Amino acid sequence: MSDLTQLTLKGALEGLSAGTFSSHELTEAFVAAIEAANPALNAYVLATPEKALAAAKASDARRAKGEAGPLEGAPLGIKDLFCTEGVRTTAGSKILGSFVPPYESTVTANLWRDGAVMLGKLNMDEFAMGSSNETSYFGPVANPWRAKNSNQTLTPGGSSGGSASAVAADLCLAATASDTGGSIRQPAAFTGTVGIKPTYGRCSRFGMVAFASSLDQAGPIAKTVEDAALMLTSMASHDAKDSTSLDIEIPDFASFVGASVKGMKIGVPEDYRIDGLPAEIAKLWDEGVAWLKAAGCEIKSVRLPHTRYALPAYYIIAPAEASSNLARYDGMRFGLREDGGSLSEVYEASRASGFGPEVKRRILIGAYVLSAGYYDAYYVRALKVRRRIAEDFTQAFADVDAILTPTTPSAAFPVGEKQSDPVAMYLNDIFTVTTNLAGLPGLSLPGGVDQRGLPLGLQLIGRPLEEGRLFSLASVMEKASDFRPRPERWW
Amino acid sequence: MTTRAPFRIQGRTGEWEVVLGLEVHAQVASKAKLFSGAGVGFGAEPNSQVSLIDAGFPGMLPVINRHCVEQAVRAGLGLRAKINLTSHFDRKNYFYPDLPQGYQISQFKDPIVGEGVLTVERNDGSTFEVRIERIHLEQDAGKSLHDMDPNLTYVDLNRAGVALMEIVSHPDMRSPEDAAAYVKTLRQLVRYLGVCDGDMEKGNLRADVNVSVRKPGAPLGTRCEIKNVNSMRFIQAAIVYEATRQVEILEDGGSIDQETRLFDSHKVETRSMRSKEDAHDYRYFPDPDLLPLVLDPAWVKDIEASLPELPDAKRARLQSQYGLSAYDAGVLIADAARADYFEAAAKGRDAKLVANYVCNELLSKLSAQDLEFDQSPIPAEDIAGLVSLIETSVISSKIAKAVFERMWAGEGKPAEIVEREGLTQVSDVGALESAIDALIAANPDKAAAVKDKPQAIGWFVGQVMKATGGKANPAALNDLLKAKLGL
Repeated sequence: MSDLTQLTLKGALEGLSAGTFSSHELTEAFVAAIEAANPALNAYVLATPEKALAAAKASDARRAKGEAGPLEGAPLGIKDLFCTEGVRTTAGSKILGSFVPPYESTVTANLWRDGAVMLGKLNMDEFAMGSSNETSYFGPVANPWRAKNSNQTLTPGGSSGGSASAVAADLCLAATASDTGGSIRQPAAFTGTVGIKPTYGRCSRFGMVAFASSLDQAGPIAKTVEDAALMLTSMASHDAKDSTSLDIEIPDFASFVGASVKGMKIGVPEDYRIDGLPAEIAKLWDEGVAWLKAAGCEIKSVRLPHTRYALPAYYIIAPAEASSNLARYDGMRFGLREDGGSLSEVYEASRASGFGPEVKRRILIGAYVLSAGYYDAYYVRALKVRRRIAEDFTQAFADVDAILTPTTPSAAFPVGEKQSDPVAMYLNDIFTVTTNLAGLPGLSLPGGVDQRGLPLGLQLIGRPLEEGRLFSLASVMEKASDFRPRPERWW
Repeated sequence: MTTRAPFRIQGRTGEWEVVLGLEVHAQVASKAKLFSGAGVGFGAEPNSQVSLIDAGFPGMLPVINRHCVEQAVRAGLGLRAKINLTSHFDRKNYFYPDLPQGYQISQFKDPIVGEGVLTVERNDGSTFEVRIERIHLEQDAGKSLHDMDPNLTYVDLNRAGVALMEIVSHPDMRSPEDAAAYVKTLRQLVRYLGVCDGDMEKGNLRADVNVSVRKPGAPLGTRCEIKNVNSMRFIQAAIVYEATRQVEILEDGGSIDQETRLFDSHKVETRSMRSKEDAHDYRYFPDPDLLPLVLDPAWVKDIEASLPELPDAKRARLQSQYGLSAYDAGVLIADAARADYFEAAAKGRDAKLVANYVCNELLSKLSAQDLEFDQSPIPAEDIAGLVSLIETSVISSKIAKAVFERMWAGEGKPAEIVEREGLTQVSDVGALESAIDALIAANPDKAAAVKDKPQAIGWFVGQVMKATGGKANPAALNDLLKAKLGL
């Protein structure tokens, strides 16, 4: 039955609909695959096979009654950032090591409403802070991809490393993920999968463990552009419980897949041709341009001159918000508590023991940039940069309908390589942070492989709420690239 | 207006002026908290009114309560203040167990209400103005209970997230009495507006007092902030103590450290809580979970149109419409319910007479039992009924007082009491005549003497009243006596 796990979400939904197999059979196949692969990949921090099989059975019963939802019976993986009622939710942190939420996040609730089945909770960088999934309390995730003739374990990127690895290794049909500075798109690029961070406000943040509230946005990682569109259609909703949620109709994103892109104007930002951009990535970028040209798009050069300030601004704003968002982990009401002789000692011991080094680093940076005397020099300036970056995009989008860039400046790197150099690690997000700062939708799709056989991603950036256009463009490119990424099984 | 002697602290080096500004925290009258939808109520079981948002659980998000916003706007309009159509919420970050999120959501830079003014009346009837700097909305914290266990502190989160309005004044007050009068007037206003119940005992209205001293005419001195003073009496005591403390330091050649101080109501002194140096760095920044609060000007207009008559206007109207004295009008407007009660009773009646009963008899009875006018056991219509009996000469005002006592005792409607007890005054000339005739016949010497000494008629009045059980109509009796005695 293991071939069932290789289906796309769309293919699986068709099979379920046709009665070729049941959700229970499909779920069993994934449960077995997870059991076999997880010791090597560590993509799941918690598999929930009993719940999954029970949910699959219930799904089959609904389908039999003719009550099938849009994702009926589809087994999915859930990033451990989304609170799931009665199922441990840790955000990859020791401090939430035993936290079982009595509530469900809106995004996952939407998926269950549409009939999906949860296979378990997926590994991630601690509190989504990282670009390699190495900051997780539950250990690093292995990328199912390896370089040709190499046994070296590569990272799947991060923070949604578990989501990307699980999708790439057929351990779920698709997965939820979240993106604060590139945490959906960079792992998608590293694993040959499709990921989209929608417009800020498309997906509710209710029940999603917060990293940086003004940047955090949920989105899917999936095997194909169409699968990503199906997932996003379910995940997105207006939610009165999130004040930043957009009160706007959610289109059927899958309906944009395969639509003509003829006449669309595509911007190529010269400011993204950074020093040291590998030739292979530059070449893939050119190929992407050629595919879109061939599909009838008009290609234009655009300027995004403040791009080079994006990363520094991001690493002020995100830690600032994080330092405040993570104050609630104090050992008082839930999660880890270490004893101490005084209140301060309990705080210090609990937080010292509960948070990993990267989280501590960002809390410290965040507290520093918000403190009296430094606030204007750092935080306020970063907000100004953020506005300039948004203005850059507004101007560019006056001329073009979407922008094409590489997703990352490199392919997947080995576990351990950048762990000791935070700045090198932060550079992973150089092409992705801008869309978070501007609140724009960004989609990463696999474009091809480098000389070592590792997948590379291309990123499409759209105007606010124009995810549909990105799906149309991405599906054209997916077809043109003729690239069906599938890692060779070594696990 | 009389000239008032300014309040001065007498020091060794001369007189000192006290400069006072107040930050009043008023709990917004609302069934639900500011951002969580959890219930609000005094005296509930600890931690029974707490949502996952109030408890700071992961992934929980604040959503603004429209009603609380409306209440803040209403308060601003009542203070003739600028309503800011766009305002922002900020996070004030600090760690404490009764602050589950690790930050308080407040309005730091851009509050919902800007500059306004409150006209304050002193006890002697003179008035002064206090400029309002701002009103902002913020969440209350929970409560730490240190007295439940010798070693542990318990936390009750029922208050966590409850909506507060912080009403900040300019340093416009110059005496403890003025500060208390300001709080009293402000309390009266928020109660009129229905935006805060003003219950200081429950902590629903509490004040931080900023105190500084200076030689009259000198620039402002360094201030200290006294936290959480929760009665008019304590406000005055705290100011006197603190101002005196500052004067002593300055006269000894010292200087005042800007600091936050706590008022100890048992020892009647203020103590240092924290100095400026070790003041918290609250790391304020805009709350990214909340959008800017943008008000529709039409909505603000609707709220303005729905404002009740405010105390100043009510006072003026009661005086002009009912011809009441300034004193009676002042007593009646102290509370909207009191004025409402009066107006209900005064409809079609002698308003001064009604005011007399409401402001004296009824008020003292209610005060003695700590009751408000809307809890009065005597409905307004019964006061009207009583006054009507006086107006129509069915009973005398003396009898009316007795009837009132019986009304208070719950013996029924005034007319029923008069009927049942036979208290109707005797205006029947025949009955009175026979009583007078009998009296004159029995006391010829007194009847003769009264011709030389007309004021002795009082004796005859008293005797007839006695004979009729006090029910004789005084005017009729007087006329008859004069005729019979030949006066």
